[in-house]
Amino acid sequence: MYQYDQYDQAMVDARVAEFRDQCRRRLEGHLTEDQFKPLRLMNGLYLQLHAYMLRVAVPYGTLNSRQMHMLADIADKYDRGYGHFTTRQNIQYNWIKLEDAADILADLSKVEMHAIQTSGNCIRNISSDHFSGAAADEVIDPRPYAELMRQWSSFHPEFSYLPRKFKFCVIASEKDRAAMRLHDIGIRILKNEKGEVGARFHVGGGMGRTPMISPVIRDFVPVDQLITYAEACLRVYNRYGRRDNKYKARIKILVHELGKEEYTRQVEEEFQHLLDQGVEPPYAELERIKAYFADPAFEEGLSDDLDLSDPDFALWVKTNTNPHKQAGYVSAVISLKPVGGIPGDATAEQMHLIADLAKDYSFDELRVMHTQNIGLPHVKKADLYAIWQKLDAAGLGTANLDQIGDMIACPGLDYCSLANARSIPVAQKISQRFDKNGKSAALGELKLKISGCINACGHHHAGHIGILGVDRKGKENYQLSFGGSEGEDTSLAKITGPGFDEDGVVDAVDKATDVYLRERQDGERFLDTYRRIGMAPFKEALYD
Amino acid sequence: MKILTGNDLKSGAVVWWTGKGWSIHVDDAVDAGEEWETVLASEEAERRVNVPYAVEAEQRADGSIRPAHIKERIRALGPTVRADLTLKPNDPDAIAEVV
Ligand code: HEM
Ligand code: SF4
Repeated sequence: MYQYDQYDQAMVDARVAEFRDQCRRRLEGHLTEDQFKPLRLMNGLYLQLHAYMLRVAVPYGTLNSRQMHMLADIADKYDRGYGHFTTRQNIQYNWIKLEDAADILADLSKVEMHAIQTSGNCIRNISSDHFSGAAADEVIDPRPYAELMRQWSSFHPEFSYLPRKFKFCVIASEKDRAAMRLHDIGIRILKNEKGEVGARFHVGGGMGRTPMISPVIRDFVPVDQLITYAEACLRVYNRYGRRDNKYKARIKILVHELGKEEYTRQVEEEFQHLLDQGVEPPYAELERIKAYFADPAFEEGLSDDLDLSDPDFALWVKTNTNPHKQAGYVSAVISLKPVGGIPGDATAEQMHLIADLAKDYSFDELRVMHTQNIGLPHVKKADLYAIWQKLDAAGLGTANLDQIGDMIACPGLDYCSLANARSIPVAQKISQRFDKNGKSAALGELKLKISGCINACGHHHAGHIGILGVDRKGKENYQLSFGGSEGEDTSLAKITGPGFDEDGVVDAVDKATDVYLRERQDGERFLDTYRRIGMAPFKEALYD
Repeated sequence: MKILTGNDLKSGAVVWWTGKGWSIHVDDAVDAGEEWETVLASEEAERRVNVPYAVEAEQRADGSIRPAHIKERIRALGPTVRADLTLKPNDPDAIAEVV
């Protein structure tokens, strides 16, 4: 895992001191809220529905046990004993006091963490594949490239006041576990025929009000020109992005309006210009970073056999583990979606337990997943049973990965001041309904995603089943959509028709799954069946 | 009626204008009166409240106050999915009244 050098630590410490002074000046009245707001947002501090909300960055979702223990301690000491893991691989606390904010950042800095790049119109915390460095199917660990981009983008003066927020995602396998094509820039690290490492650039994706899937603008950027090419992409956007209209300010609109060809032409021109400007960090820096991400000391020659005689354990292994590149190991997923629970929430106690498990069984590494779960990337198969028993005893052993009960839900109107409707209660009711009717296992992979407003933090556009909360004459109402995906087959969901009330949308989801079970052919997921038969049969069942 | 709300500057807690000061209990809220914009301006300037604004509400027969919009009712009580975190953790009907 990456460790701060003196520059990283000095930057973070200086930022904490600066923010402490800004908080003091606000509390003493030297700064108005209008003056203070952009400053606190640069440090992840929002004002939300019930209090201040602090969003802490987890770069590319990677954490060690010390960091997770600290997150738990913060939940206990400064919040109300829990935190919410988000679709951007971060954590949010909902009950923060302004008086405590600087102390929290100081505590975080002790474990090489901060809340920089979690808000504002800058390059945000960079996300990645949650199984990076572990997955059997990856070409190379993408995190050193993500880390290089983190260092390049942190406090980058030219890109601190972009037209709008900017989200990068870096992956390195054909399978997309990170919604790469729904980011402003999605980068896939790959090898060309000569075996050289490079980056494929997808530019102009996003969710929100105008969802778009990013097109590829360059198939292969040599790895020693990665930052220069990214800088060229940003420059063109910074120059021409719509600053006059917040809803048209994301890069996806620019790429769409200019057209992919014209945008690409301008990027290439800028890139040629930048090539001799010394933008690219020395290759030695990438090599230095890479050393931190070297494989842990895996044991060689371990067996892949596993005793699956306990059926509950066998089920968990089947649903909640992912193949590892090293024989005898897997990546295991800790579900933060117990039946009827609040997706993504974890108590301080659970965080401590998860940290201990990482220390004891996963080379001290954890991953925050965009699916609002936590991954243990490097687990020996022989240890799985012990891990599962501990998780199960703590209510963390739910075996539902990628099933309907593993839905994503944003905080919605229970916590978020931008919301139109509540998301969490809908998630809870669906989870309970499908637990009771016993259909989950038969349904198999079914990704359901819920957002409380069109900002789409809950990725509803990319759900096999998506639910969007809207305000209909002052009442909560829910639009249903089918056919989205955020995998390598990324697609945007289509709305079924008129919306439903809270119970109505739960019934509608239930009915839609019946249509699927009736119509599906061998091996088809809900998504595949929908793609084959289209909306009509579903509509018939929903609106009769 | 119109009532005034905002957040406490230090704690961020949701607060309601009582005519004399700010309370975390919406039932303490009073009608904002004609001069409410002046009240907001001076209270904010004195840092007794942060980003205040006015919302519509009704006073019910028992004297309790119910903001017109669900968002404000959730602000007044707390999250509807965690009774333990609301202002009325022991009132089994509190959440049903909000939604
Ligand atoms: C509660 C405080 C939050 C606020 C105020 C907030 C605000 C926003 C806004 C305004 C957008 C739309 C940006 C645009 O399209 O230009 C957005 C998008 C997004 N947010 Fe949030 N959000 C919040 C919480 C969350 C949470 C909890 C998550 C994760 C569960 C999240 C993840 C995302 C994602 C993935 C997107 C869409 C991707 C994109 O197009 O950039 N946000 N958020
Ligand atoms: S989707 Fe809307 S309601 Fe949900 S967290 Fe984002 S901004 Fe809030």
